[in-house]
Amino acid sequence: MIYFCFDKRHETFYLMEPVSLPPQSRVALCGGTHGNEMSGVYLVRELQKLEKVGSATLTTVISNPRAVQMCKRYTDVDLNRCFTDAILSSPVTDATPYEVRRAQELNTLLGPKGSAGAMDLVCDLHNTTANMGLSLISYSAQDWVILHIYRQIQRKITSAPVRFILLDLPLADAYSQDSLGKHGFSIEVGPQPHGVVRADIFNIMKEAVDQTLDWVQCFNSGSAFEGGEVDDVYTFVKSIDYPRDPETNQITAAIHPQLQDRDFCLLHPGDPMFLMFSGEIVKYEGVEVLHPYFVNECAYYEKSIAFHLARKMTLTIPPLRVKRD
Amino acid sequence: MYNTTELCSVVSGHSSPAAILCKCTTRTAFISQLVKKRQPWILLPGNFQRLLSRVLKLALSSEGLYQLFNIPAFTTAMTSSTNVSCFHEARRVAIFGGTHGNEMSGVTLVNLWIQNGKEIHRKGVETKPFITNPRAVEKCTRYVDTDLNRAFTTENLSAPSGDDLPYEVQRAQQINEIFGPKGSPEAYDVIFDLHNTTSNMGCTLILESSKDHFNLQMMHYIKKAIAPDSCPVLLTEHPLLKYSTSRSVAKHPVGLEVGPQPQGVLRSNIFESMRVVLKHALDFIELFNEGLEFPPCTVDVFRVSEKMDYPRDTNGNIIAMVHPNLQDCDWEPLNPGDPMFQTFDGTTLRYEGAGTVYPTFINEAAYYEKQQAFVTTRRETLAAGAIKKNIGQSYSV
Repeated sequence: MIYFCFDKRHETFYLMEPVSLPPQSRVALCGGTHGNEMSGVYLVRELQKLEKVGSATLTTVISNPRAVQMCKRYTDVDLNRCFTDAILSSPVTDATPYEVRRAQELNTLLGPKGSAGAMDLVCDLHNTTANMGLSLISYSAQDWVILHIYRQIQRKITSAPVRFILLDLPLADAYSQDSLGKHGFSIEVGPQPHGVVRADIFNIMKEAVDQTLDWVQCFNSGSAFEGGEVDDVYTFVKSIDYPRDPETNQITAAIHPQLQDRDFCLLHPGDPMFLMFSGEIVKYEGVEVLHPYFVNECAYYEKSIAFHLARKMTLTIPPLRVKRD
Repeated sequence: MYNTTELCSVVSGHSSPAAILCKCTTRTAFISQLVKKRQPWILLPGNFQRLLSRVLKLALSSEGLYQLFNIPAFTTAMTSSTNVSCFHEARRVAIFGGTHGNEMSGVTLVNLWIQNGKEIHRKGVETKPFITNPRAVEKCTRYVDTDLNRAFTTENLSAPSGDDLPYEVQRAQQINEIFGPKGSPEAYDVIFDLHNTTSNMGCTLILESSKDHFNLQMMHYIKKAIAPDSCPVLLTEHPLLKYSTSRSVAKHPVGLEVGPQPQGVLRSNIFESMRVVLKHALDFIELFNEGLEFPPCTVDVFRVSEKMDYPRDTNGNIIAMVHPNLQDCDWEPLNPGDPMFQTFDGTTLRYEGAGTVYPTFINEAAYYEKQQAFVTTRRETLAAGAIKKNIGQSYSV
């Protein structure tokens, strides 16, 4: 059977073949990839007791136990930037940072990345100080498993806005832990200060994980998921850094009050971006109207990022069901 | 001061008898005397009796009288016959930032003012901006070895100095030398210590002693200046819960705690709020140094009462979070039976205290390791006597 899908934007019908994919038999849930992002740390501890989700096995992992113990993002280097093919295959010496070694261990546990033995689904839990509500982050616009999970979460969760962030990178360059699985995504919930666990944020993350595991169970047991459109998809375009002092490299401005907490709003040319300590306003001088996100994320000051900018789009997904052998 | 009979003839003959009444009386004791003896009541015209009864309802404190009538002449008349505490002019004032290296408003403001101190300059005042914990600031962490803002104990300050001491203890000794010694006449007059919190505390002023009339007057001034925005005052005077802060080196330590702001993050609104509060504080000091007398006033404060920890398992791990109904509700009443914590699987744990308390420092990131989910406080009104600058020789306070 073939299905017609209606593309609202272009007002045309087109054909989308239904897709069948292997069952998601092995699912991994990771928390504490950044040791001070507390919702994931506590949620993984709670779910450790759960071993199976229907016919699938659930593996729970505290990815960076040393950082969790110190309640810091990382000890030597950011673990969630260590999963590129290059770093995963780099030789280990005495000088190798802790997180690189740990990334290679995780690759053995959840991967190997890109191979048949990798986890079917890797879900990595994160928090942000930015007001991003519930965001799913992944690399592909054609990973139907992830996009169907996104659609279910978006339909079922009303306690926070739900959005999808697309990082357009080939698998070899994908740097985050979720890229270890055959299918993978990060769940990012904010705003929450690092080192703090807020009940409202925890509950949102728990709902998202519950919906994910529910989808997996339904998929594995043969449910058919209809095709259609998913909206609120944001594709990374570029990053903007803070204004800095050329000599000391210290920041000389803060995110402007009109941009602070307004992740995913529209940023037009001429809109205020930064408020200098001296009182001047720095305005957005790009040509294209874009959507800022990760606005004022604590961990990004050292990465020279004040916020990211994205283009908003809609994706079409085919009907999906599990492949029966 | 007029006696009762003289008062009545003066009062009844004046167009604003209530105002004169206030001018003549220094304390509510006089008013209550009027009420008890009733003698002047009979002599007063009926409409004045009604006015006076309204005045008396408000006049439970001299602050109420002042607020009701707000007469400049009130001030001088009052203070000429009242106790006025005289203080040396506040000539040496320090502004500490980075006591916790990841509390960004203070770090940013102090660095700004070290580069260009124009904004904090006041006539007759030496204002010194100072980064107290530079190593922690560099690493953007709360502390390196131990919490600097707990390190100013007598034991630490009098310990023999040495490189084997924790970094922050060495730093405390250095700070004590520059801005103290703590408890001595050479100590700085005022130190403002700038902090941020992840709790929703707004702009909170922290007072260490209920008897510091200078600080009380300053806080009263600040609160009035930023009204209608509020500026709660937290009184940390408590035999067990009081801690040895970096600002405690000064004669008049003032803590400024602004939130909510995540550690390591600089929010523009939080930064500007702190800047404004400090501006008013320095204005107060300038006015005081110019000789302005501040009349008696009262300040509503929240006195720390009890530290409440998270529920924990036998391994010390927390098993519940601050309840959504309590999260962000700093300074709001918490009644017995109100939700307090929520376990990870959704069960509500309720507050079981004896009476209503006012929680603060709710869900402060740095306090998980100090076993504190929030601290309860009780409301209190403190009275501050009139103060003015000490001219010429006098006792130092």
